[in-house]
Amino acid sequence: MSPDPAHDRTVGRGAGQAAYPPVQVTSPTFVGMPKFPKAARAELANAQQRRNLRHATHTIRDKRAHVVAEVDDWEALRVKGADAKDEALTHLADYLERLEESLTANGAVVHWARDAAEANRIVVDIVRAKEVDEVVKVKSMVTQEIELNEALEAAGVSAWETDLAELIVQLGHDRPSHILVPAIHRNRKEIRDIFLREMGAVGRPAPDDLTDDPARLAEAARLHLREKFLRAKVGISGANFAVADSGTLVVVESEGNGRMCLTLPETLISVVGIEKVLPTWDDLTTMLQLLPRSSTGERMNPYTTMWTGVHEGDGPQEVHVVLLDNGRSHVLADRVGRQALRCIRCSACLNVCPVYERTGGHAYGSVYPGPIGAVLNPQLRGTTSDIDRSLPYASSLCGACFDACPVRINIPELLVELRGKVVEESGPTPESTAMKAAAWVLSDPRRLATAQKAATIAGRLAGGRTIRSVPGLGAWTNARDLPTPPRETFRQWWVREHGNEDA
Amino acid sequence: MSPASRGDGPRVALFATCFNDTMWPGTPKATVRLLERLGCRVEFPLQQTCCGQMLTNTGYAAEAVPLVRRFVEVFGDYDHVVAPSGSCVGSVREQHPMIAKDDAVLSSRVAEVAPRVLELSEFLVDVLGVTDVGAYFPHRVTYHPTCHSLRMIRVADRPLQLLRAVRGIDLVELAGAEECCGFGGTFAMKNADVSIAMGSDKARNVLDTGAEVLVAGDNSCLAHIGGILGRQRSGVRTMHLAEILASTEEHPA
Ligand code: SF4
Repeated sequence: MSPDPAHDRTVGRGAGQAAYPPVQVTSPTFVGMPKFPKAARAELANAQQRRNLRHATHTIRDKRAHVVAEVDDWEALRVKGADAKDEALTHLADYLERLEESLTANGAVVHWARDAAEANRIVVDIVRAKEVDEVVKVKSMVTQEIELNEALEAAGVSAWETDLAELIVQLGHDRPSHILVPAIHRNRKEIRDIFLREMGAVGRPAPDDLTDDPARLAEAARLHLREKFLRAKVGISGANFAVADSGTLVVVESEGNGRMCLTLPETLISVVGIEKVLPTWDDLTTMLQLLPRSSTGERMNPYTTMWTGVHEGDGPQEVHVVLLDNGRSHVLADRVGRQALRCIRCSACLNVCPVYERTGGHAYGSVYPGPIGAVLNPQLRGTTSDIDRSLPYASSLCGACFDACPVRINIPELLVELRGKVVEESGPTPESTAMKAAAWVLSDPRRLATAQKAATIAGRLAGGRTIRSVPGLGAWTNARDLPTPPRETFRQWWVREHGNEDA
Repeated sequence: MSPASRGDGPRVALFATCFNDTMWPGTPKATVRLLERLGCRVEFPLQQTCCGQMLTNTGYAAEAVPLVRRFVEVFGDYDHVVAPSGSCVGSVREQHPMIAKDDAVLSSRVAEVAPRVLELSEFLVDVLGVTDVGAYFPHRVTYHPTCHSLRMIRVADRPLQLLRAVRGIDLVELAGAEECCGFGGTFAMKNADVSIAMGSDKARNVLDTGAEVLVAGDNSCLAHIGGILGRQRSGVRTMHLAEILASTEEHPA
């Protein structure tokens, strides 16, 4: 199937692209990640993290359930949200052009970036031109995706994360493990230790008598960040939404630190994934009901900042917007898979996921963990690496994610589709041989009956004893007994009782 | 025609499911007993095999096409197809349309047949309109609503309505009931560590209820949780919903 003509015009226009848009290049950080089951095994053994995650995910899960139940017709709202995103995605090129026009008309400078390298180069060039050696950052997934901080550092620019949890991750030389709460794997005591150890090296130190009281921790972070806010000449953000008809970018947050970065610096650079575009201002009314409830379990988040280009004498006087593809066009070309681009990064699917709850985010080998990560990473990066090939299988297909998703992304369906893709690309394997054999047996009742005989023979041999290990089935029997096969199958019983006439 | 059993109620085709047929024949047998007790004429079309779920969910949907074709052929003539498995019913109702989508003829056959395939509790409550099926089971029992029953075909509280009406039963609530047990088909093997971590938590919640019996509508999930409970020598018995509902004073399960 040929991709929509949309893509040719989205990003990197006129660059003479191949018919099928490319996947993104996996960042060096995640190249060579082991496959999920192996990474997960290590995470499962981290008792402190298990406890932290369990506590945090269950707390947010319950809060979300509570505020969602308050909404009269949540389902209708979900459909509306999904429709708005689908409208934008189906006519993406048009809406992006409208966005560019609106932004430009309001004094913003629009840049187009095909991939991470291009986006980073654009941002670094702007920052260099300002002759600064530091920038303040609003929490943003997309700048993590492109590893902008690393690119800035390589250019001699310090990028200060200002979201509290992001600050904890940055100070701890750690990686985020959750979309919304990147330090979800840390508890208060660990945070206190990180602040005491690390703050002094990069700015105002934490007070010596710091405790793990949340108010004291927040105070230490506030003081540490304040001098950075007041000093910074350049702010960098992402955006939760980009409204095409007005040219308005929106950042939704809890702490107000984002707003500091969006209003105080002279120059503001926002990196925005092309799937963030919304057709109209009205669509925001839907999204702003869906997002906070799904995300933090609040009716409304404390700070919502919207800006439309440049306002003379108010806020940043130079506004840049970098519209980023980085594999999104590739996902868009897949008619089933493209629904993943509806994602508004609320993280509800992570919080309800029984796998994520136990492994945490690091095992997913990407800044996008959890159920949506298991879909989006192999979509965006392709399925050539161990980790990306294993991610579609990192789910029991329990369906909790689909139920929680505010924009109705059918994650289990997408996972199953992606499994098909992995199988297709892997060629013949012992598994594919076994599955084809199973399909052959199952496609004929006589063959099935013959195979069943083997099971009943095993059942007779076991003679009612519990089966505790079987060679080759260690993955099952290491921690689970096996059910003992019966001496007679149902089919045999039925024929014995009723004869073997059939329709 | 396969030999029909007595009764003047609706004619029902039993889709035993290949796993039950092979590993847990007690469940389809109990289903037959129960449905006949309620007056249904139960038939078991011998040409049936498997819904193809394992193939589909492991990435071999193409291999499942012949199974979908066979399914609509075998069950196409019945107004009611009943299966004692939420998961296999989910596979038929939710996945068969997806698997058949590139074949217009098969697609339309699936669209006719799939909606008539019901999980046991759906059939009892919605078609027969009963919640008290005359069962007797004097034991302490807790119920695990399996994911596909709950979130794929949405049986909601039908199994609980049926269980509550069982005479003698001491039905106790399971904490975290709606959380996945970690079975997930080939997930149990491919991601064995996570699967066991999930199953252990489920097993702990089961033990906390003090129940002697864990009941569910899917034997595969029960094999996983029961496999962990068994390894712990916990002494908790796992039973399919059909077996409890089929149990009577004269023929106790
Ligand atoms: S997939 Fe849905 S639930 Fe998950 S983060 Fe995206 S919008 Fe939220």
